[in-house]
Amino acid sequence: MGVKQRSKSLHSRADKLSTGFYQLNVLNGKELVDDKFERFTSKIEQLGHKELRPDKVEIFQINIGKLCNQTCAHCHVDAGPDRKEENMNRAHLEKCLEIIREYDIPKVDITGGAPEMNPNFRWFVEECANDGRLVMNRCNLTIIMANKKYHDLPEFFAKNKVQVISSLPYFTKSRTDGQRGDGVFEDSIKALQKLNEVGYGKEGTGLILDLVYNPSGAFLPASQVSLEKEFKNQLERRYQIVFNSLYAITNLPISRFLEYLLESDNYESYMQSLVDAYNPSTVDGLMCRNTISVSWDGYIYDCDFNQMLDLKVAAPVQHIDDFDMEKLNDRAIVLNQHCYGCTAGAGSSCGGEISNT
Amino acid sequence: MAVKNYFDPENLKKFGNITEFQEEMGKKFFEYYNTVFEEGALTQREKSLIALAVAHTVQCPYCIDAYSKGCLEKGADEEQMMEAVHVAAAIRSGASLVNGVQMMNHVKDISM
Ligand code: SF4
Ligand code: SF4
Repeated sequence: MGVKQRSKSLHSRADKLSTGFYQLNVLNGKELVDDKFERFTSKIEQLGHKELRPDKVEIFQINIGKLCNQTCAHCHVDAGPDRKEENMNRAHLEKCLEIIREYDIPKVDITGGAPEMNPNFRWFVEECANDGRLVMNRCNLTIIMANKKYHDLPEFFAKNKVQVISSLPYFTKSRTDGQRGDGVFEDSIKALQKLNEVGYGKEGTGLILDLVYNPSGAFLPASQVSLEKEFKNQLERRYQIVFNSLYAITNLPISRFLEYLLESDNYESYMQSLVDAYNPSTVDGLMCRNTISVSWDGYIYDCDFNQMLDLKVAAPVQHIDDFDMEKLNDRAIVLNQHCYGCTAGAGSSCGGEISNT
Repeated sequence: MAVKNYFDPENLKKFGNITEFQEEMGKKFFEYYNTVFEEGALTQREKSLIALAVAHTVQCPYCIDAYSKGCLEKGADEEQMMEAVHVAAAIRSGASLVNGVQMMNHVKDISM
């Protein structure tokens, strides 16, 4: 049936929130930060870290472009069909490959937008896979159904042993479509069935299909183990769908999710929930410690969230054209109030929960 | 300041303060409460749905606020939550109606 767009991107509406600068202003609003929400950096200092430093880079994450066939309400990338300009070109992807090879980085995490809409996507995946890297692709599922040219994506993923990581906010239509747009649930279910057909999520195939749950609203996610059990039961019972793991991810208060929080008057109480749920045992596992994030135009960030706030790495090299691992490793991670989203409860990263203490 | 409202959503955040007037019992209550809501033979989600239904039966606005959010945070959705409220309503109405048999018995006892 296809997907109906929920709205337009902040960028195309020329909304103030489309700039990192304005979002950071909201997050650092004086009356709240000084009185109610302690600065995230002072929380880190209390743990005895003067600053947070990265470990070895294991994951090279590329936000390959902001173009997407959906306009989800919570999208932290502000992606959508109207983001046609911001897509990584071949030269930058070639540079990424060079870096991945030179530093022998084992995992390449491709995100977007809908990464598959970038014309260089298939070439890049094949290059990485032929080189023995594990390619993780953040696939929004509906893209598989969106157009005939994408219908063979499941076979393409399988051939290259791509780990498919897909968002499904719930196993029902109302909560899924409420967050992602009318028609998304139906197409997502069809896409999951197609992925299962080629062996994804099935024991013994080695083809990994993971799902991502993030709350459709101003509340924190449930425990990952319990949600995974529930999703597995319900998806199998209702649609005979199987998958490997479920990642429970917290929505960070940035971009379109920040817009939703402000418009629905939930910003303060949501921030309060994040601050109240601060869990210091998540700090060692924060994804910014083993991941490097590259934007469509080749700039380097500590994570995809910092990328959307335009907080580039605090290092003398900030672009892949000047990439230097030694200089990059010798940096402090740029932290701000949105980081509370990564340390709430069991913690949150692109791989789901961080800590079970 | 004199209390002006019978229900103030801000009071929910101060629930823990009940220990101020009776510390030992208050502490024991919260310990018990927390144990009850841990994952056990029933999942936390199932317990939250039961709590939501009971909240509607005892008509406590604080509990309704707390478990509306609590159910979502434990991974339930609005359909499941409304079904839980219907369970509460069904038992409530059933409890009234089943006593109708008592009424009928009485009526029959004293009627010709
Ligand atoms: S959340 Fe994902 S699928 Fe939705 S608009 Fe953003 S990039 Fe696209
Ligand atoms: S948002 Fe999360 S991953 Fe990014 S720098 Fe902050 S703590 Fe690290």
